[in-house]
Amino acid sequence: MKVRIKFAKQGAMKFIGHLDVMRYFQKALRRADIDIAFSEGMSPHMIMSFAAPLGVGLTSDGEYVDIEIKTPITTAEALEKLNKVMADGMTILDFRQIEEGKASKAMSLVAAADYTVKFRKGCEPVGKKNPEDGPAGKMDWQSDISGFFARKSIVITKQTKKGESEVDIRPMIYQMSVNAGVVSMQLATGSVANLKPELVMEAYAKFKGFELPEFALEVNRREVYADLGQNGKRRLVSLNDLGTILA
Amino acid sequence: MRKLALSDEILLSVEKPARYIGNEVNSVMKTLTYVPGENSLENQDEKQYLENTQKKNRIRLAMCFPDVYEIGMSHLGIQILYDLFNKREDTWCERVYSPWVDLDKVMREQQLPLFALESQDPIKDFDFLGITIQYEMCYTNILQILELSQIPLFASERGEECPLVIGGGPCTYNPEPLADFFDLFYIGEGETVYDDLLDLYKACKTSGCSRAEFLHQAAKIPGIYVPSLYEVTYLEDGTIKAFTPKQKDIPAKIAKQVVTDVTHASYPDAPVVPFIKVTQDRVVLEIQRGCIRGCRFCQAGMVYRPNRERDLEVLKEHAKNMLKNTGHEEISLSSLSSSDYSDLEGMVTYLMEEFHDKNINISLPSLRIDAFSLDVMSKVQDVRKSSLTFAPEAGSQRLRDVINKGLTEEIILNGAGEAFEGGWNKVKLYFMLGLPTETEEDRKEIAHLANAIAVRYYEIPKDQRNGKCQITVSTSFLVPKPFTPFQWASMHEPGDYLGFAKTVNHEIREMLNQKSIKYNWHQADVTVLEGFLARGDRKAGKVILEAYRRGALFDAWTEFWNYDRWLEAFEATDTDLYFYTRRERKEDEIFPWDFIDIGVTKQFLLKEWNKAKAGEITKNCRAGCSGCGAMKYEGGVCFEGKN
Repeated sequence: MKVRIKFAKQGAMKFIGHLDVMRYFQKALRRADIDIAFSEGMSPHMIMSFAAPLGVGLTSDGEYVDIEIKTPITTAEALEKLNKVMADGMTILDFRQIEEGKASKAMSLVAAADYTVKFRKGCEPVGKKNPEDGPAGKMDWQSDISGFFARKSIVITKQTKKGESEVDIRPMIYQMSVNAGVVSMQLATGSVANLKPELVMEAYAKFKGFELPEFALEVNRREVYADLGQNGKRRLVSLNDLGTILA
Repeated sequence: MRKLALSDEILLSVEKPARYIGNEVNSVMKTLTYVPGENSLENQDEKQYLENTQKKNRIRLAMCFPDVYEIGMSHLGIQILYDLFNKREDTWCERVYSPWVDLDKVMREQQLPLFALESQDPIKDFDFLGITIQYEMCYTNILQILELSQIPLFASERGEECPLVIGGGPCTYNPEPLADFFDLFYIGEGETVYDDLLDLYKACKTSGCSRAEFLHQAAKIPGIYVPSLYEVTYLEDGTIKAFTPKQKDIPAKIAKQVVTDVTHASYPDAPVVPFIKVTQDRVVLEIQRGCIRGCRFCQAGMVYRPNRERDLEVLKEHAKNMLKNTGHEEISLSSLSSSDYSDLEGMVTYLMEEFHDKNINISLPSLRIDAFSLDVMSKVQDVRKSSLTFAPEAGSQRLRDVINKGLTEEIILNGAGEAFEGGWNKVKLYFMLGLPTETEEDRKEIAHLANAIAVRYYEIPKDQRNGKCQITVSTSFLVPKPFTPFQWASMHEPGDYLGFAKTVNHEIREMLNQKSIKYNWHQADVTVLEGFLARGDRKAGKVILEAYRRGALFDAWTEFWNYDRWLEAFEATDTDLYFYTRRERKEDEIFPWDFIDIGVTKQFLLKEWNKAKAGEITKNCRAGCSGCGAMKYEGGVCFEGKN
């Protein structure tokens, strides 16, 4: 039986890289005594696949891992068993059955993700030393988000292996708004098109004319979606909603 | 959410930030401070009084392994003590490891105090900083830990508010090179008198007695060594004239602590599970302590006497619990010589039956190669990928008798032959060079033995064997250690050592099957320095400090090792390296470590030293008692079959 686990990765857990999160889950599933299926062969490994790797330093409320289990278990029971063995900051949010077959695999379904981005304390943009810009050292960096999002194209220069290339990231920004210092955005994610929220903020900083130092942003992934739309029309459904609760 | 000691900016700019955040599964969080509102007392003064009392009644202890997190987290001893201390309600034991060089730099620049992983609080606010000292090449890292913690390096310069710095582990069987940097040492196995020490500390704290008074009282607990309470005087030639307590009520000898009943000793059923891959990423089950063999170069074989086994049924229980609580996918048996465990078959059969179907790997290090072990290994590992390991330690039978390694060429060839017929084709061979009485011929015999093993392989008909065989020969150089029969032996020059290795290499290249033999040898200059630190006296401390001041750190890591820096330190401190390394010690010389009583007598070691030089072997403990002195602990192999 194929199962999708939704989990949150918060607090200090943001410093644990993707490969270590995989290792973490392998051990956590054993601790929780979930009867997970293994691959065949000389060195069997747990059948487990993650939706979209999250970078080190980012938190998330919408991470997904698909596994295969041999003994059925209810969603409620699995949540209890798993949350009992979690490290602080890791929370299992859901545990749902998904369809069999490769097409339902989280990794290949991922099409978009929601993010919230804010500035780390003390890292808020500092404006030009012009008193008309408001209090010294502060600037109203939020005012042009809608103007930025309203643009037809946002061309950035990307560093690639071959050198520099120009990319229009605007088509990959599905939504963008700001409220009380928190920028919300919905971005293309996955193997077809992928845009990182940090890159959007870099482009915005350039557009607005402020410096964006390294590590200035706090990024939280809110949700990851599959695109069930047809004929080029987007219809985003969260990966969780593709599963059914095990009762 | 818990607050971290380091900012996100720092953590995101260093390698592997997970080394510094704590929060691992099974790490212990405790609240030892007074929480307002939890107590119904209205009276403020009384509240204050309670708070103070509570403060006095709690002990905060940081356990340190002075190397990088991945190495430190792989150490069983700390896991045992961590569990032991945290079972006490009044104590919170946390962990700390050496910050890697990238973070080291940042902490120095920003003057950030080193912190414990669990609470993220500065070490300098703790009651104890316990440091396990597992190998000589970590000595400069100990100074790094102290300095980054903002604790004065010299014990004599520490004030009342400083944590008490306590050392333990194998290197403390000669603690003298580190004597100036530690307030106290715990000699022997931690399970015995730590409770007494902590109880004493608590009593002292409550009654408000001074650091000096506490140390004075602590020095009376068996196994506790307070270096500042002893005076060393020297003869004109630099050797020790006398080692004496400064006060009458301080014991002249420190008694090594031994757990008589290892079966019922505390063992961690829920070890901490690191997020990042550490060296020992598995459950480690210690099946026994000590070794019956008595190899003459081996310090562990002497200081952990007598050999004591854990009961099989208790081990089964531990194995089950540890796997359940950690979720590890591998279990490894730990001991100095697993094949000597009386019911190894029962242990291994249990592990295979219970866990093999659950896709849990079983790892069996230090097994003697025989029909049984080959059968077991073929069941738990992929024969084609794994290799067999033999440690003959010396090339010729004569020299193997000198070191009392009871392994003959016949045993090795038979074992290898059986293994080859069972499908193996990779063999690792470990040897030592620079052994007492060793000759050019002995060195060449290493090549001959490797060749003989290859010949044995190619005796198998071509259609029945698995391609070519791969024999890897590795040599290290002998470091004479305190409390071994070789503690009297002289060492060689780095250049000599490399010459020995060259002889081996040259002879291997002369062999018919040389294409099947690969040869690796250890660094020679590191060996010399290890030798200096292993048998150093109190005067060695200033060399360590000087080398550290000149930038020596992570000396155990090839990429940071710098011999010249150490040579400069010898010169700057006017210390003669040769005094420590290039001298065969006289039989009646007083050694810096003689004040420690490990049970095994100096008289026995001397007898062994003389037997070594005569090429005479000594029986293992099970074959017959040689009267080493360890029987006084009234346990283990000394009493097997006697009750």
